[in-house]
Amino acid sequence: MNINIKIVSEIDTAIGYRYLAHDESGGHCIFIGSVRNSTQNETVHELFFEAYESMALLEMEKIASEAMQKWNLQKVIMHHVVGTKKVKEPVVLVGASSAHREACFEACRFLIDTLKKRVPIWKKEFFENKKVWVTPHP
Amino acid sequence: MKILFFGIAKDIVGKSIVEFQNEILFPIKVGTLKADLINKYPALGDISSLAIALNSRYATDDMLVSQQDEIAIIPPVSGG
Repeated sequence: MNINIKIVSEIDTAIGYRYLAHDESGGHCIFIGSVRNSTQNETVHELFFEAYESMALLEMEKIASEAMQKWNLQKVIMHHVVGTKKVKEPVVLVGASSAHREACFEACRFLIDTLKKRVPIWKKEFFENKKVWVTPHP
Repeated sequence: MKILFFGIAKDIVGKSIVEFQNEILFPIKVGTLKADLINKYPALGDISSLAIALNSRYATDDMLVSQQDEIAIIPPVSGG
């Protein structure tokens, strides 16, 4: 199947188009998540990501396959980092390619939303005077 | 038998792999194992949700854990 799933120490943002490009695709939708400098008005200096790697890869593969079944896509990519990342650095890249844009737009949103719900990766936020594991907001 | 802990659960138990000797009797249901762990580490009970994975897949409370399974404690995920 045309899926590319990785846990990496650094995201190569150019890989999105490089991987997704396909003769039958006229549309490519790529989402890149990065480190934001604040959470609820508190300054964030960096994030630390930890993964249960074997399971994270398996879950991402399942999500990519689900997207392939739901939409008519040529390719799907999902990369996520582990380790410490500074403000503005990319931490996640997901994307899909399809003949027309509707399918890849919808699939891309599904990929990131489902990753955030299911993939066993955790982030710790480093503030001025404290560090906390992020509890997701429902 | 080893259990893997991640994120805030790892902080609570103090390490990423905890070895249990005769404290847990197999076979055991996932739900019972969860309750036993919360009994041993009450702070785990304060986490909004706690999942258990067997062999890298989410497990339901009624599934049986065997001694050969890779067991992991999954606090609420926060990737992306």
